[in-house]
Amino acid sequence: MTLALKSSHTAQRLETRQSAPPVNGLPLSLSNVEKRFGALSVLEKFSLDVPAGRFLAVVGRSGGGKSTLMRLIAGLDKPTSGTVAIGGETVEGLNPDVRLLFQEARLVPWQRVGENVGIARGPDWQETARATLRDVGLEGRENDWPSVLSGGQKQRVALARALVSQPRILLLDEPFGALDALTRIEMHRLLETLWTARGFTTVLITHDVAEAVALADRVVVLREGAVALDIDIDLDRPRRELADPRAVDLQRRILEAV
Amino acid sequence: MAEASLAGSKNDTSNVTRKSPVSDTASGAGGVLWQRLAPWALPIAILILWEIASRSGLVTARLIPAPTSVAAAFWRLLLDGSLLYHTLASTQRAVIGLLIGGGVGFVLGVVNGLWRPAETFLDSTIQMVRNVPHLALIPLVILWFGIGETAKIFLVSVGVFFPIYMNTFYGVRTIDPQVVEMAEVYGLNRRAMILRIILPGALPSILVGLRYALGFMWLTLIVAETISATNGIGYMTMNAREFLQTDVVLLGIIVYALLGKVADLATRAIERRVLSWHPAYQGQEKGTP
Ligand SMILES: Nc1ncnc2c1ncn2[C@@H]1O[C@H](COP(=O)(O)OP(=O)(O)OP(=O)(O)O)[C@@H](O)[C@H]1O
Ligand SMILES: [Mg+2]
Repeated sequence: MTLALKSSHTAQRLETRQSAPPVNGLPLSLSNVEKRFGALSVLEKFSLDVPAGRFLAVVGRSGGGKSTLMRLIAGLDKPTSGTVAIGGETVEGLNPDVRLLFQEARLVPWQRVGENVGIARGPDWQETARATLRDVGLEGRENDWPSVLSGGQKQRVALARALVSQPRILLLDEPFGALDALTRIEMHRLLETLWTARGFTTVLITHDVAEAVALADRVVVLREGAVALDIDIDLDRPRRELADPRAVDLQRRILEAV
Repeated sequence: MAEASLAGSKNDTSNVTRKSPVSDTASGAGGVLWQRLAPWALPIAILILWEIASRSGLVTARLIPAPTSVAAAFWRLLLDGSLLYHTLASTQRAVIGLLIGGGVGFVLGVVNGLWRPAETFLDSTIQMVRNVPHLALIPLVILWFGIGETAKIFLVSVGVFFPIYMNTFYGVRTIDPQVVEMAEVYGLNRRAMILRIILPGALPSILVGLRYALGFMWLTLIVAETISATNGIGYMTMNAREFLQTDVVLLGIIVYALLGKVADLATRAIERRVLSWHPAYQGQEKGTP
């Protein structure tokens, strides 16, 4: 209860601090969501509200059901019981306002980078793909094959592909997990910039508590199918200070809950 | 033959593979020349020995004609036009059979790969029929179609059907489900999914099927033409056998080998073109601008 009050308070503060951010995101709400695979219960009475335009990080152990949670939000799977709602409407299937970055980049190997970004072949897709690739720092790479890209570049392409359709909710399922530390920091900055500019609601799943504290304005720990900790990250942006004592303290508290 | 040339092409794709654990004693410019010529040394030596053996009467020229008399036969048949005539007759059968059998195999492979009910209905039957060596059908085929063109085209079609079907089916089935799921998330319709995701993804496997099919194609044709034909390379060699023209028989065998090689090179060229996205072909793409 106190946590919920506190988080809405932070949301207001964030909005006043950033110079007129585009409120483009959609609110996300899960109530009493339960998900079972046969006898295995992955999520139990899971409830979570994410206001529009917020950046939420979900931390949890491997196999704890984080990807499952993402798939429910994206409409790739149906909950066993309970509801997932986006913008007030119950999720029944895939939603073009929601885009998902998987743990793997999942590029189509036989399509060039530009064709991958414009996979939905919307109007002027080539031009849009080129522009979006520029936004993610891959200007002029549209004619390369995916196989020549590095891991970080592949995830940038996947990010561009997600951004092309102007999503209002962006789900990120450990997209930076396989990257080296430096590339990872680069991707964090890129994501933060894009999020600030475009204002989509973001849910980032990660193993990395430091990553969660560096990027999110709220962190949720998922343990044994339920929310074990829900904590606001009330640090100024941009968060370049790695050794900020407040950040270190937050990381410690999250790690204890995981 | 195919294996040997495959290994060869692998070696010249990248200089990484040249650093093999096998030591290269020759080096420098002379080494390069040696590497170019070395593969030809043994065949040429064999040809020379063979020629000598044949001329000196060490082997019966009637059974094993000297390379020069095979070359002479080649020249003779080229000039009187019969070599071209028989080669074209064989090639025509091969191509028609490949188009029919390969086309049906491809369509059934795609349909069964995409649609479970079709697979349940058809696949076990196809697998059962596959175990029948198609050349065993020859007596039956002659009864059905006589000894005309239809019989030979039918046999070739059956021969190429299975490798194309199996590999197309396998290729469609083994598409990365994660990529398919991603494409679904991005709202691709059925048509776009098949044309842009599934068929290109199955293509490497389909081309493997095509290579096997080409092998079966020539094999079937050789047998079919030697049994019943009035033209074609198979007929040419059988006819020559009756007149003890061993040089022509040998020439026919060489022509078959060359046709097989040409078909193989053609598929390889197709692979290089359509699989340029594949990491295995990227070295070659850079090598040939
Ligand atoms: N389709 C499925 N069928 C059966 N079990 C599944 C399925 N999907 C996930 N599970 C199970 O659900 C549990 C949670 O999986 P999930 O992929 O959500 O974990 P995760 O938190 O994303 O783990 P990681 O951090 O390693 O990616 C695992 O035990 C997994 O085996
Ligand atoms: Mg996961």
